[in-house]
Amino acid sequence: MQASLTVNGSVHSVDVPDDMPLLWVLRDMVGLTGTKYGCGIGMCGACTVHLDGQPVRSCLLPVGSVGTRAITTIEGVGQTPVGARVQKAWLDIEVVQCGYCQSGQIMSASALLAQNPAPNDDDIDAAMAGNICRCGTYCRIRAAIKNAAAGRE
Amino acid sequence: MTRAAGGPTGASRRGFLKVGAAAAGGLLLGFRWGAADAAARQFAPNAFIRIDRAGKVTLVMPNQEMGQGIYTAHSQLLAEELDVPLARVVTEAAPPDDELYGGPRKRQGTGGSSSIRAGFFPALRQAGADARALLVLAAASQWNVDPASCRTADGRVFHDPSARSADYGELADRAALFPPPKTPAPLKSPKDFKLIGKSVHRLDTPAKVNGSAVYGIDVMPGAVRVAVPIASPVVGGTALSVDDSRAKAVPGVRQIVVLDDLVAVVADHSWAAMKGAAALDIVWNEGPNAAIGSAELWRDLRRDSAKQGVNAKSEGTPDSALADGDLLEAAYEMPFLAHAPMEPLNCTVHVSGGGCEIWTGTQVQTKARAEAAKVLGVAPEQVTLHNYMLGGAFGRRLDVDMVNTAVRIAREVDGPVKVMWTREEDMRHDVYRPACRNIMRATLKDGRIHGWSHKVAAGSVSARMSGKPLKDGLDKGSVEGATEMSYDIPHQRIDYVQVEPRALRLGWWRGVGPNNTIFAIECFVDELAKKAGRDPVDFRLKMLGNEPRLANALKLVAAKSNWGDPLGSRRGRGVAIQNVFGSFLATVAEVEVDEAGEVRVHRFVSAVDCGTVVNPNGVVAQMEGGLIFGMTAALFGDITVAGGRVQQGNFNDYRALRINEAPRVDIHLVASSEAPGGIGEPPTTAAPPSIANAIAAATGIRLRRMPVDRDVLAGRKPA
Repeated sequence: MQASLTVNGSVHSVDVPDDMPLLWVLRDMVGLTGTKYGCGIGMCGACTVHLDGQPVRSCLLPVGSVGTRAITTIEGVGQTPVGARVQKAWLDIEVVQCGYCQSGQIMSASALLAQNPAPNDDDIDAAMAGNICRCGTYCRIRAAIKNAAAGRE
Repeated sequence: MTRAAGGPTGASRRGFLKVGAAAAGGLLLGFRWGAADAAARQFAPNAFIRIDRAGKVTLVMPNQEMGQGIYTAHSQLLAEELDVPLARVVTEAAPPDDELYGGPRKRQGTGGSSSIRAGFFPALRQAGADARALLVLAAASQWNVDPASCRTADGRVFHDPSARSADYGELADRAALFPPPKTPAPLKSPKDFKLIGKSVHRLDTPAKVNGSAVYGIDVMPGAVRVAVPIASPVVGGTALSVDDSRAKAVPGVRQIVVLDDLVAVVADHSWAAMKGAAALDIVWNEGPNAAIGSAELWRDLRRDSAKQGVNAKSEGTPDSALADGDLLEAAYEMPFLAHAPMEPLNCTVHVSGGGCEIWTGTQVQTKARAEAAKVLGVAPEQVTLHNYMLGGAFGRRLDVDMVNTAVRIAREVDGPVKVMWTREEDMRHDVYRPACRNIMRATLKDGRIHGWSHKVAAGSVSARMSGKPLKDGLDKGSVEGATEMSYDIPHQRIDYVQVEPRALRLGWWRGVGPNNTIFAIECFVDELAKKAGRDPVDFRLKMLGNEPRLANALKLVAAKSNWGDPLGSRRGRGVAIQNVFGSFLATVAEVEVDEAGEVRVHRFVSAVDCGTVVNPNGVVAQMEGGLIFGMTAALFGDITVAGGRVQQGNFNDYRALRINEAPRVDIHLVASSEAPGGIGEPPTTAAPPSIANAIAAATGIRLRRMPVDRDVLAGRKPA
């Protein structure tokens, strides 16, 4: 299938099978490796991207179902005010350890804050429980989301 | 004005030059270029530092960044003494070289909580100081002044009397001509530290929040074939027959590689390779391990743990002491565990021209290179290894089986190939944390522990990795933590029984031997405290007369955790202490157990004395993360086997802790100028015993096995 994908504001033409997950189209065809493979079954969140601003697990999303929706990846989310605030909040309190899960964490957190500028703990739990971190950075992820929400430096 | 001593000398007196394989990156090893090589000349006074004419400072990292913050901490040590701001520094992974990058042990590798404490703290500072001294000499010789009249700050040399200064970049060419200092340059006094001891921002994290950080799995996207290996599901099995017709029909699949123990699908891109691998029909000759299941493994371990084993330590007269007083006996068991780093194993290899090039993330650079060389039957120098930051390891990437497999596949493929494990293949072919059984016996006399016996029955990771039998049957790694208890117990014996599991390979898992021994010790000490009618903290303090740093950590954590304050019903606090890897930790877990047997850890409080700290925020981060890593194991971790096959394969059946389950973590660092201790592993070990002790306090139920058994806690099963 010939597809035209809008990724981070740029159009990419790819020739890929309909059922190829968007994760692998992004990584191997478009060459954007910031979105990660962690499990392939939608259980870990490392592959999270935005489709028209909504968080999706790209390892389970067939590229044929994307259509004309705008794809945002970790490479582009910093161009949005919310994404930039989240990235800054992540760096301010040094959330990151190995970093492999953090693309997905940031994408989920950005989607949360774009939709809910003042999330409470339950909101954070619900939005972020799909993102696994084996290094255990959860305490700092929660704090960074709250800092980003409150506009705290 | 004194001419600077030791001015530049001619090329003929230079030592010979060794250039690293990546010429464009130009790592100069140990010696400097002569004047004849002016164009390529760089200031590279030692294996750790390069400064170019533009002033860029490259710091070569001997150990590998896997989230523990070592690229930053090591850079702090180098940059402090070199006197450059961290903003000017770029880091580069060291190539394989035991001599240059192996630390005092001359064995290159990242693990064992050793990156700071095992000699790099002084060595890297010295490297920075020596480099700075040469830059000063260069400036002084250029200005015809006494080097002692110069000072440095922020990457510049200053001669205040003549108001001259020069950036290190301007001096690099000249400095490159100086011989190494004959005596080590003096180090800064700690009171002058700008970086060491400060929570400076990490160097690697900006790239990790915007998707630009490259892990091994990310190399050459779309430009390299991908191979997905499917290994025999049973250890020791072989591929009997392979029907690859459906696999070959997947668009993009190029080649099927059939080896004895695995079949790999090689395709143009990852998805085709994964789809092709899933479409393989393989008949395995499973071999004898197919008869093994968890029941057999535990039966063997329990049966063999009754053997006498070998004595690892004996103090006083333990056997008679164990017949003198109030006896308590208990056995504690720990399960097999997987590593499950977020980045599944991967290794890109290009076999060509009598050698190969490798791109991967490994904790052991020289071992990885040696393994590749061994597979190909070439000298290690024929192998070029590019090391990448690791997407988690926890000890998994101390093994080089992935290099072995990748090279075996790659030599059947034309051109470079990225061998990429699926999550299932990664988890099912792990090198597991050994299952252990601890047999504990102790006598109480006058409220104190009088006689003590701890027998550890477990397989040996060292024996498996070295391929050599244990010397005198003793695996020191398995009894680590038990043979050097901080408690003042006059009569003690520690014994070890080697029990090798069939059907599973064993590996180093974060925390290693102490994971198991400290669990058994700290739970048993709690049971003894209860038997003696004593508070668990007081009971321990009375036995820590020989270990004031640990006693202080325990007192601190008791205070900070409000030990002794009442908690609601079904809630309890548990304490666990340890002296491992040169650090002293005391941890309190606060848990709640509901009527369904679900355990919720509300809070961890830890007091940590790890001696001199390079980056306090980094230490706190390791404490937080390690506690959560250990907590995950305590609540869920259990690798089981049926028909020789590991039954867990992904996060749907090997559960990971998630943010909604994460506790509050409060860490208190003890200020200390003692030698640095390690911190990557100890917090993992702290979680299971503190949780088990808290559960006992909350419910009165003593769990002697991990992971926690909800049926027991809910009363559906006896303990």
